[in-house]
Amino acid sequence: MSTTTFRKHNVLPGFNISLGYTLLYLCLIVLIPLSAAFFKTYEMGWQGFWATVTAPRVIASYKLSFGTSLLAATINAFSGLLIAWVLVRYDFWGRRFIDALVDLPFALPTAVAGIALTAIYAGNGWIGQFFEPYGIKIAFTPLGILVALTFIGLPFVVRTVQPVLEDLETELEEAAASLGADRLQTFLRVILPAIGPALITGFALAFARAVGEYGSVIFIAGNVPMVSEITPLLIITKLEQYDYAGATAIAVSMLVVSFVLLLIINLLQGWTKKRREA
Amino acid sequence: MAGSTTMATTSTLSLHQAPGAKGGSSATTEPAFVCWLLIGSALAFLTLFLFVPLVAVFVEALRKGFGPFFAALVEPDAVSAIKLTLITAAIAVPLNLVFGVSAAWAIAKFQFRGKQFLITLIDLPFSVSPVIAGLIYVLIFGANGWFGTYLQDNDIKIIFAVPGIVLATIFVTFPFVARELIPLMEAQGSEEEEAARVLGANGFQIFWKVTLPNIKWGLIYGVILCNARAMGEFGAVSVVSGHIRGLTNTLPLHVEILYNEYNFSAAFATASLLALLALVTLGLKSIVEWRSAKLIDADAPTENIQK
Amino acid sequence: MSISVHNIGKRFGAFTALDNISLDFPQGELVALLGPSGCGKTTLLRVIAGLERPDEGKVLFDGEDASRRDVRQRQVGFVFQHYALFRHMTVFENVAFGLRVKKRHERPSNAEIERKVHELLNLVQLDWLADRYPSQLSGGQRQRIALARALAVEPKVLLLDEPFGALDAKVRKELRRWLRRLHDELHITSIFVTHDQEEALEVADRVVVMNKGHIEQIGTPNEVYSKPATQFVYGFLGSANIFHGRIQEDGLAIGDHTLPLDAHTLESEVDGDAVAYARPHDLEIIRHDPANPDQEEGGIPSKVQRILAIGTLIRVELENPANPLVPIEAELTRGQFDELKLEEGESVIVRTKNVRIFPKIDYLANRVSV
Repeated sequence: MSTTTFRKHNVLPGFNISLGYTLLYLCLIVLIPLSAAFFKTYEMGWQGFWATVTAPRVIASYKLSFGTSLLAATINAFSGLLIAWVLVRYDFWGRRFIDALVDLPFALPTAVAGIALTAIYAGNGWIGQFFEPYGIKIAFTPLGILVALTFIGLPFVVRTVQPVLEDLETELEEAAASLGADRLQTFLRVILPAIGPALITGFALAFARAVGEYGSVIFIAGNVPMVSEITPLLIITKLEQYDYAGATAIAVSMLVVSFVLLLIINLLQGWTKKRREA
Repeated sequence: MAGSTTMATTSTLSLHQAPGAKGGSSATTEPAFVCWLLIGSALAFLTLFLFVPLVAVFVEALRKGFGPFFAALVEPDAVSAIKLTLITAAIAVPLNLVFGVSAAWAIAKFQFRGKQFLITLIDLPFSVSPVIAGLIYVLIFGANGWFGTYLQDNDIKIIFAVPGIVLATIFVTFPFVARELIPLMEAQGSEEEEAARVLGANGFQIFWKVTLPNIKWGLIYGVILCNARAMGEFGAVSVVSGHIRGLTNTLPLHVEILYNEYNFSAAFATASLLALLALVTLGLKSIVEWRSAKLIDADAPTENIQK
Repeated sequence: MSISVHNIGKRFGAFTALDNISLDFPQGELVALLGPSGCGKTTLLRVIAGLERPDEGKVLFDGEDASRRDVRQRQVGFVFQHYALFRHMTVFENVAFGLRVKKRHERPSNAEIERKVHELLNLVQLDWLADRYPSQLSGGQRQRIALARALAVEPKVLLLDEPFGALDAKVRKELRRWLRRLHDELHITSIFVTHDQEEALEVADRVVVMNKGHIEQIGTPNEVYSKPATQFVYGFLGSANIFHGRIQEDGLAIGDHTLPLDAHTLESEVDGDAVAYARPHDLEIIRHDPANPDQEEGGIPSKVQRILAIGTLIRVELENPANPLVPIEAELTRGQFDELKLEEGESVIVRTKNVRIFPKIDYLANRVSV
């Protein structure tokens, strides 16, 4: 790329108009509205902002949101790797159907997922009834939140790991085997390092999605302040009490976390891409 | 070596009746019982988390039989929710489609500074909580927002009305089309477009006759995903909608209201409509993936039919 | 149409792709731009086509400045390295594309387009493939269709970017001859880019040898091969033996030995440290004869390492006293070889029949890669 000009010469037309439209639309729909949140908190002043975002109920919601999200993303890292492995490496009846079904959490509206999960994981639900006798409640507890977040984060790890696993040359494994490694050693020392960046990227994507999730969680969460109230719900609660400043302050604290996550994900994806091209 | 040969044979034989490793020798596959164990646990997990909830929606919807099921769908509030959902998607999807194509054209076909940063900005709405996506529009167009007074004076309603719902939906579905097209168009390069240019085609002709046919499947793919999210969005729309029955309720919001009123069968009946939409989406998506995979296969040169 | 470029310069960031290039391409000639990858040849071709805008300099078409002219107005036919066939169109539609996108009043009728496309497909001998898609063609067929497509708009100039680069050796050879015949038939000014010296020497009327954004030499294939202007050209075209030494009155001193040079070569303006280039067939091998030590005066003593007696030419690899890793290579006809009756391991004397002397300049060290 030329260092002296903004853009390299190209014979194809339409650069100015397409970039111009892109930037305009981006500003109108995304950037200006998002900046509104920051301006609103600016009006509050630092002390008001800090007091709002560190109130005990808010802190409790952070702990719940980030804790369950982290746990759900971890579960997804393991199960997602397992599912991707099974889909890429083994052939079995119904594989293509399963492959398509993995994307269900992307396609199913979150509210539908929420009420469906609540119905089956409630004390009298299809699955919940097996846990009830042992005193384990899933729906309406933080455990229910974990179930919902695991559901919505599931496709991320599968879909980031799957293509890398497909690209992986079997020669590498054959080389490892010829050098005397057993299957487990080959997996841990050859395969896992190769898919590591993709796995971490998938984990980060699932985590980022889980932190902001609302629709599927509120039905199953129980929404008890200090116990099972997630941060996005707290924002809505504040809004319904017409506490716009409070809602916005919490939103900004979440936005900052989201931006940092986005930055990390971008770096991770660059890393994955480099690994795949090398 | 004998062991590995047997292994390969078994897996070929079991290809269609039972799980088995895809070809390969003991160097690249696991013992049969490990295969079974891995497939079994993957399927168990998927059943528990995906399949059972999906089935549950339809079972709950039909619990009281077909009569109440259809009654719940033709009830006026449900019909107006369906209408609003369709209208919202009909506005949001084409707008994001035009944006996606335009962004992908600028990003994939030209080199300019700050390109990577622009891609990151386009991805931004994916990492913002839907609730916040709704909130920011309230801050701008709400009664106490930037334009609140102006809008009130002129009697324009955006928040707690259809325009707000459309805006929030556009925000959450913003990146879908662009995200599909950018990598696709980058991978395809600009050689065909340059060839068309040398042959005398103008910008419109290049796009219409050369670029568009090449990105067709990626475009459809992006639109399908964008549409699914637009019709199913809950959090963002919930914040800006105001939940006015028959006026500002989309299908997912209608589900919530019914559910909170303990009208479970109607809630699930409505939800089953959305679940059906999800299944259609997945079906279309698989077809598109299959089609474009076939195109890629066909693209590999076949030297053997020389002359 | 004749083309000339004047003082063309093009940089990509810190990399100079073209450094003040001036060249003339006369009407009706087939010219090869030859050089290693990264030498700027493709950039020059794209500048002529109007696909790349030079930082400085002018491109003249028939003496008229075309630098500001858009690609579409330049009336050039461009054949891309990877063909760039429209993959969703049939072969017929690919060739017809340039006609179909013409403005309404310039556009030929459908019947006319049909006639013209079939004529072109016949010209490239692929009319029977009209309804196929590019993915169903072999590499060689794609290449010919790309050419037919470029010719459809009746270009005044034909530009080909590594036209045979992606093909296997056999198809490549066939297509080379075919391109030459086609050019003789159409007589359209053509420029093609290649990194394959054999291809350039075999097909082109004139060869432009480029290296690192400069022109090293322009000439007919015979000229550039037999009278290389620079060390780079010598090394790039055909194989060469390189001897580093010091010029003395009777020859080139290499270590303790002297490579005899004839008076004419010694008269060249080179003094002091020098590099001698000799083609393998310009080497003379003399058998070591203990009875006749006089004969050994002058020449580099060596040993036969390997004899490759394949085909009509015999390749002999000889021990290089200056650099054991790079053997001296000699080429003998079968007749010469039978006369000498050389055997592996034998001691011999190496002399040169024809040699080019270049001054030794440090910077050349990284320019020549043999």
